Amino acid sequence: MMTQRQSRLSGFDNRTLFLLGDEAAAYGALYAGCDFFAGYPITPASEIAEVMSRELPRVDGYYVQMEDEIASLSAVIGAVWAGAKAMTATSGPGFSLMQENIGYAIMTETPCVIIDVQRSGPSTGQATKPAQGDVLQARWGTHGDHEIIALAPSSVQECFELTVESFNLAEKYRIPVILLMDGEIGHLRESITFPAYEDVAREERRLAEPEVESFGGEDVPPMSHFGEGRFIHVTGSTHKASGMRDVSTQAVHEDLVTRLCRKIVDACAEISSVEEDFVDGAKIGVLAYGATARPARGAVLEARRAGCAVDFLRLITIWPFPEEAVKRLADRVDTILVPEMNLGQIAREVERFTAAPVLPLSKIGGVPHTIDEILDAIRANGSGSGSTVGQRP
Amino acid sequence: MNIRFSGFGGQGIVLSGYIFGVAAVFDGKQALQTQSYGSESRGGGCRSDVIISEDEIFELAPPRLDVLVALSQAAYDAYLPALREDGTLILEDDLVDTGNGSGHRTFRIKATDIAHKKFGRKIMANMVMLGFICAIVEAVSREGLERAILDNVPKGTEEMNQQAFEEGYRIGKGEPG
Amino acid sequence: MNDEPIIPGPARPLKPHRLLKFLRQEILPTAFCPGCGCGTVLNSFAQAVEELSIDPKDMVFVTGIGCSSWIPSPYFKGDTLHTTHGRPIAFATGVKIMRPDLKVVVIAGDGDIAGIGGNHLVHAARRNIDITVLMVNNWNYGMTGGQVSPATPFGVPTTTTPYDNPEHPLEAAELVAAAGANYVSRWTTYHVFPLMESIQKALEIEGFSFIEILSQCPVSYGKMVDMRRASDFLKFYRDQSVRVHKAKEMSAEELEGKIVVGKLVERQRSEFVTSLRRINERFREG
Repeated sequence: MMTQRQSRLSGFDNRTLFLLGDEAAAYGALYAGCDFFAGYPITPASEIAEVMSRELPRVDGYYVQMEDEIASLSAVIGAVWAGAKAMTATSGPGFSLMQENIGYAIMTETPCVIIDVQRSGPSTGQATKPAQGDVLQARWGTHGDHEIIALAPSSVQECFELTVESFNLAEKYRIPVILLMDGEIGHLRESITFPAYEDVAREERRLAEPEVESFGGEDVPPMSHFGEGRFIHVTGSTHKASGMRDVSTQAVHEDLVTRLCRKIVDACAEISSVEEDFVDGAKIGVLAYGATARPARGAVLEARRAGCAVDFLRLITIWPFPEEAVKRLADRVDTILVPEMNLGQIAREVERFTAAPVLPLSKIGGVPHTIDEILDAIRANGSGSGSTVGQRP
Repeated sequence: MNIRFSGFGGQGIVLSGYIFGVAAVFDGKQALQTQSYGSESRGGGCRSDVIISEDEIFELAPPRLDVLVALSQAAYDAYLPALREDGTLILEDDLVDTGNGSGHRTFRIKATDIAHKKFGRKIMANMVMLGFICAIVEAVSREGLERAILDNVPKGTEEMNQQAFEEGYRIGKGEPG
Repeated sequence: MNDEPIIPGPARPLKPHRLLKFLRQEILPTAFCPGCGCGTVLNSFAQAVEELSIDPKDMVFVTGIGCSSWIPSPYFKGDTLHTTHGRPIAFATGVKIMRPDLKVVVIAGDGDIAGIGGNHLVHAARRNIDITVLMVNNWNYGMTGGQVSPATPFGVPTTTTPYDNPEHPLEAAELVAAAGANYVSRWTTYHVFPLMESIQKALEIEGFSFIEILSQCPVSYGKMVDMRRASDFLKFYRDQSVRVHKAKEMSAEELEGKIVVGKLVERQRSEFVTSLRRINERFREG
């Protein structure tokens, strides 16, 4: 017997539609099994909430518009402990407001998905324009030592696929996963081909057997839900494997926080996803992600057609940082060009893994890079010596 | 093929771009559409860009336009510099004055006037314009466009939209009415 | 029930209190200061649960950061979600939407509920979501040592109003009543029996229910106003309280400095989660 969700979504099976990145991400959530969404309107993410509010009741899920983004992530976390697969979506200003509760979700090991459709900041910035300025905020926005998972889609199709992946990683590692979209990808329309509902891999929540503790014992412990008579205690305070608070024992805190970090660090290779396209004799490599990877890829192909060997590396996983792939690229080329819609946030991270020059090709102001701009930078630096770009402010 | 629809909010600019994109998908081509957002698209200046290609699209915003559709003087003035020298200019005749001309291959139609006089509804102007463009620009098929229109106009208005499209198409082809 | 409560302290055997069964006895005694009103609130709440024969397995407690958040979390033996400061009502909203069959109870302080979380309070009351909120009002931020709170009376010195509080306190119960809750009352730790009855009513009624409980803080607050004993507060509550029906006949001047106690609102506006779930029924097959 088909579930209500299955029968609603299988109507999209194998169909090709012309959708916004935001809309595709919302459908990805529905395919992944999301049955709770709490959010607050904000450009350029509101279309995600609009699709969720329309579709969730049709798949027996629940949508609630909260009074702000802090409340939105709060409600999401509450819903997860009551058994939901839950998500919220926002942009920079709302993402800033969510930071404290992101830390709470990390500390309590609450699987959930937060979509940040990045827009031009700081502050209100250019509210309707795209940017990639929240990349380091996604990594370090909340206080205290922690690890996080963040993915960046480069197409409308990937908005769908990586939202599904975000839910799966959240469940697998019991961690909030951030889908770092950007206003460019969120607000452009492209064709997307839906998979068959049955063909979508869904990571189901691992629930604890009776007497098994939910906050320790293994790197990713199984969860418990409310209402099952287990009297679970969920707290953002430092806690023991039982979940009970202990904020005075040094070893308890050290064990907890190192485990929360270790479960991601040790799985970095498994989590990391990149698109590598290397060619013989390349002296220069282009490393990009999100919307910027589109013109970057176009520029690389054009440079090759003109006889210039260029390597291309696209980060799909942003955090944990795919350092092995970056090292592979760094070992091959003399120069790494990093176009980003910020002032060099990932370029700075790349520098940690190579002695070779890392040249940021920053562009801010709400206008994406063109193929020509990146091509010019490749041409100017393709010989591997000297540089005409890369002046960091 | 890079096409920009431009004018002011309420002229159906965004819908036109969207319908072109859907038509391209029906034709089995790649399409990428972006648009101006927020209050801009509801009364102020408004644009919608569509990139249509046989191959994967890497460019996010068309640096040079192959076709500029301008339904207001402000849009014409703002976006003319982005139009390639050999590009095509399509204008709402009653709303855009090109002075001595831009030197581009130019087509004009009184879409709003036709919509008002023939169909009694100025809002049909964008369908007249879509038909007109379809006749001039070989970006998407007529079948694809008609199917995209029928899928995206309010129920009960399909026939009038279809007729408005055909009227624009006929004028574009220079056929007698 | 475990007949042997593990209570360190006096060597003589203690007769287990009949309400101890509701507590996580392994973590007792509580961390509350001597004379704190939180014990009275805990007792009244446990009594109300007993009277209503609610199975604690059917309850979820959601709390924030502050002394009174500890009343249910971790002390009450139920599912407990101890959240970030100010946000328990927002977390509780997610819990209740997914599990409307569970009784969702928020117990937190005036700083948490009316201060940093004031916006969530207003909007939960507006939605009229079926959550019970007990706001334990001790007139200050007690856990952090006695700073001024949005409920601190005018003209009172605190550690951050050393020249006396220049602000007026928020009348949280009246605010929640205006925002649309189905049940609102105010009591004090002096009024133990009406408080117990009110908690029962709040737990039973469908929709947002809110009780503001004035509760003494002789250690952090009392030290600054020379009310160092719990009894100083209880006498104050007794002497300054005016019942709702009497207050209606009094002038604003006469009510100055008084504590209006009793039921402020009881009504049957439609409840949020019920309305939300009704939408889904439209799409259910068959």
